[in-house]
Amino acid sequence: MADVLNTSTSWPRWQRSWWYHARYYVRTWRGSVASTVLFPIFYLSALGVGVGHLVSAHTGLVQGQTYLHFIAPTLLATTAMQLGEGESLWPVLAAVKWIRSYHAAASTPLEPEDILIGKLAWVATRAVATGAVYTAVIGAFGALQSWWCLTLPLLAGLIALAFAAPLVAYAARSQSDGSFIVIYRFGLVPMFLFSATFYPVSAYPGYLRPVVQFVPLYHGVALARAAAFGQGSLGAIAFHLAFLVMMVAAGLLWGRRAMRRRLVD
Amino acid sequence: MNTGPILQAQDLVKRFRELTAVNGVSFAVDRGESFGFLGPNGAGKTSTMRMISAVSQPTSGSLTILGLDPRTHGPEIRGRLGVVPQEDTLELELTVRQNLEMFARYFDIPRAVLRERATELLEFTQLTERGNDKVDDLSGGMKRRLTIARALMNRPELLILDEPTTGLDPQARHLLWERLYRLKREGVTLIITTHYMDEAEQLCDRLVVMDHGAIVAEGPPRDLIARHSTREVVELRFGLDSHEELHGRLAPFAQRIEALPDRFLLYVDGGDDTLKELHAAGIVPTSALVRRSSLEDVFLRLTGRTLVD
Repeated sequence: MADVLNTSTSWPRWQRSWWYHARYYVRTWRGSVASTVLFPIFYLSALGVGVGHLVSAHTGLVQGQTYLHFIAPTLLATTAMQLGEGESLWPVLAAVKWIRSYHAAASTPLEPEDILIGKLAWVATRAVATGAVYTAVIGAFGALQSWWCLTLPLLAGLIALAFAAPLVAYAARSQSDGSFIVIYRFGLVPMFLFSATFYPVSAYPGYLRPVVQFVPLYHGVALARAAAFGQGSLGAIAFHLAFLVMMVAAGLLWGRRAMRRRLVD
Repeated sequence: MNTGPILQAQDLVKRFRELTAVNGVSFAVDRGESFGFLGPNGAGKTSTMRMISAVSQPTSGSLTILGLDPRTHGPEIRGRLGVVPQEDTLELELTVRQNLEMFARYFDIPRAVLRERATELLEFTQLTERGNDKVDDLSGGMKRRLTIARALMNRPELLILDEPTTGLDPQARHLLWERLYRLKREGVTLIITTHYMDEAEQLCDRLVVMDHGAIVAEGPPRDLIARHSTREVVELRFGLDSHEELHGRLAPFAQRIEALPDRFLLYVDGGDDTLKELHAAGIVPTSALVRRSSLEDVFLRLTGRTLVD
């Protein structure tokens, strides 16, 4: 009766979880591909071209860029953050509590770590793909001025992971979704607005400028501009990258504990 | 390799902070056997199931599954088990067939094989016609059968079912039991938890009765009944008479009496004779029923409580 399937492909086990998440997405997405292309076009037309017209009439260039070019790369950063958040809170709580599909996965050869890494690998995959589309759109608006812009899709992946890793951990230990909307309204929305997204940090009063350094999205925004314009000091870029990598690492450690406690205790 | 028990547990303990869910249970299950855990909700059945599914680790005690130690061989063991959890953990947004095929990929089953197996198992669980329907649209019984089909995708040597028919209507239950019989005939070892005594009697070659995290009895259903109960039970209901006084009057007529809130159970060898004797003594119940002893009576005897409260 038993046939132990030892196909022993050299693939690690987490790849099966990645594949599951990818297939699930392919089978349930509704129109998200069209919106991935259309949203940045609408956004850049309204804010970049529309509001940008007013800005250039009043203040001229912002840090040497037209307003459209100044804000265009940040769209990639904020979108990556939202994607990381959207994949992590409700879908993960559903998988550990409502539908319990992660419990089902934990009864197969997969370990909680495999499920976690597969999930995050899928978030990164989606973010890189979305980042590639956004990079093309941003380029079409003329905002890319350096070959470093080719790293933008990877940056989207890193930003999405920096948010997804801690938020997956948080969702994996939640009992209800009551706090999720609070995180969204008082965490992600303010970050979207105040991470030097729409104006340079120099627009803040002096005492607030150091505070911005601790806003996670700010580092993604700064890196997106650095890649698009090919500017910024090596030290600053290294600091921004380190900040985001630390978020991923902390999220992974926390997520591992949360998933173990939730699925196999 | 195929000798020795497929599952062996010695002094298993599972503690969650202050709560001791499983408190030192020992048992062994042989290949091809169908083994049951009978007990009320909260007896520690599900915690035991999670340990023998190689999902959660015992706090203490030793456990061998398929001859392997789950502490060191978890993934390998789980690859050879099928698990039907208490709640169906199906993807509601996906179709019946997609649920089977996607889940099977967790076991690294090649695509061509899993397609064929899904077809086979849809047939086996009588879901062929619903293959392309969303799971959300299925009835409770169909979802349960799909969960069983899913658990069989990796051709498990050991199938673990936690409360397989809870919440199903009688027809759906019987269909499910019939399918489980077939699996048993094909040589699959079944582990079943239930709080339905009829289910345990129908499906289990041997079972343990659990209460408060411990095993209080073990054996084949017939043996347990013979050991812990009488051949027959007389169930008597009375109007508004004082139960306490009745208890004393009934006592001489039975080997043992259980006074439940709404009725008396008289444990006797010949129920009809007892009824005649009661009539002769002028004790007239409003209703009387003679039946064979069941596992419910065993449980009542061992724990002083009924299975389904």
